[in-house]
Amino acid sequence: MDAIVAEAVSKRFGETQALDQVSLSLRPGTVLGLLGPNGAGKTTMVRILATLLLPDSGRIMVDGHDLLRNPQAVRRVIGLTGQYASVDDKLTGMENLILIARLLGQSRSQARTRARELLRDFSLEEAAGRAVQTYSGGMRRRLDLAASLVGNPRILYLDEPTTGLDPRARKQLWQRLRGMVAAGMTVLLTTQYLEEADALADDIVVIDRGRVIAKGTPDALKEQVGGQILRLRPRDPLQLAEIAEAVAALIGEMPDVDGRTVSCPVSDPALLTQVVRRLDEQGLALQDFSLRGASLDDVFLKLTGHRAESGETAEEGDQGA
Amino acid sequence: MPDSNHRFFDGLNQTLTLAWRTLVQIRHNPWELGDFSIQPVLFLLLFLYVFGGAIAGSTEAYLQFILPGVIVMNMVFVTVYVGHGLNMDLTRGVFDRLRALPIARWAPLAGRITADLVKQAWSILLLLAIGFLLGYRLEGTVMGLLGMSLLLLTFALAFSWVMVWIGVIARDPEHVQLFGFTALFPVTFVSNVFVPTESMPPWLQVVVELNPVSLLAEASRGLLNGEAFLQPALWSMAWALGIGLVFAPLALRALERRLASGSSP
Repeated sequence: MDAIVAEAVSKRFGETQALDQVSLSLRPGTVLGLLGPNGAGKTTMVRILATLLLPDSGRIMVDGHDLLRNPQAVRRVIGLTGQYASVDDKLTGMENLILIARLLGQSRSQARTRARELLRDFSLEEAAGRAVQTYSGGMRRRLDLAASLVGNPRILYLDEPTTGLDPRARKQLWQRLRGMVAAGMTVLLTTQYLEEADALADDIVVIDRGRVIAKGTPDALKEQVGGQILRLRPRDPLQLAEIAEAVAALIGEMPDVDGRTVSCPVSDPALLTQVVRRLDEQGLALQDFSLRGASLDDVFLKLTGHRAESGETAEEGDQGA
Repeated sequence: MPDSNHRFFDGLNQTLTLAWRTLVQIRHNPWELGDFSIQPVLFLLLFLYVFGGAIAGSTEAYLQFILPGVIVMNMVFVTVYVGHGLNMDLTRGVFDRLRALPIARWAPLAGRITADLVKQAWSILLLLAIGFLLGYRLEGTVMGLLGMSLLLLTFALAFSWVMVWIGVIARDPEHVQLFGFTALFPVTFVSNVFVPTESMPPWLQVVVELNPVSLLAEASRGLLNGEAFLQPALWSMAWALGIGLVFAPLALRALERRLASGSSP
């Protein structure tokens, strides 16, 4: 039985179709990466799966419980760590964890023991007695994660867990997540970092403007792009457009032009020689060129028509308060 | 329905746990305590020693008049914390974390309001204690004193819904305070808390006598000073009922809407 099955979930906020017939499923003990730019609907999907928001239509089963009929049963098996599901700044780390343990029905001593255990696991023992407002970003995020684990959930939702963390703290959090998954945890992870999805996810669902535009394993998705990416950098930057046109004539579509380079997916190895010959004939000189394996970045670009980062300036459609 | 009974008691437990959470914050942030204790004490001292003689002839006489009034005024101001705290939970994501837990749906709000009642009781005690230190004489009975506390807590409970409503519709905690205090200042000052109604122009007297703050102040004076209190007490309870009936549904609907809009952050 799948840990999560969502079928044709739709949600509209006024004029905005935040989710349009989104379906996904998550196998127990695996990580599903929900990938998309800001405003794609990732957070809306997580909020629905966490029973915080009702979908307009669709069917959702979480750990065998119908989410719409029995949300309380769903809440018993999930943990939520999100950009917005947060801890209380004014309490200490210890108190935050005790609060949640007590709310989950644990006795005072059980709550205390569980809180100590988690503080130790997340290297927060020394800060246990300090108010959370004095914590660093990384410590906060660790406490957030610890707070979502108090009730030993089977399924964990992580909504952009590493946004705003420095690279070291991010890698440490990845390490922890891998450990948890190895111990049997099922994780739904949303992220706008392709690298993160690549590093952690067993399966990926790419959404853009509320629609699923691709799903599969990271490797299968990269395969979809065509395996390899050709990058060309002209010696004279003014010839960028001419080179792009020359390539377009060969591959039948306009390649991606980004600052000083032209790049395009390559499925046929013969293309490389054709491109080089064509440019030579036209007298277009190259500074350098490269052929490398596709990254999820390329997948994203191909699927959405824009780079992942370009979405960052846009407001997330489902949170414009 | 033993199951639903069981669930109800779980909900009560969760409410108390969440009230504990709000109160334990004061330990780490003692300034908050200062916010709702020092300010009314300053008001009391200021009015007592600066205006007391001019208004009532002597400081002693004025203390008998102003102490019950300041207690009422402070009760009204302390309700702002419900809205402030709720808004903070909504904007910072704590509310979402709580809602994703398998707890009673009403517990987070009930926890806030319960914590507020504890703060209210503390404020009443503190002001009474300071009043006694300054020479206040209880001329009524201890029952009267308890009656006053009950009256004020009941009104606070009803009035909290106004602040819950403001807490839900305000964009951030700062706006709650701004809204709250801006609205409450005229309500508390255009009353008989500091001066007797007789000295005001007739048109203002009408407003002042209808103001629930005046009615509560009058009832509190009656209960503490051993004078008549029944009529203003009943009228202020009628106000409490009216406010509760209007604002509780309004606040709950606004909360529902805010949560459903997906814009709770």
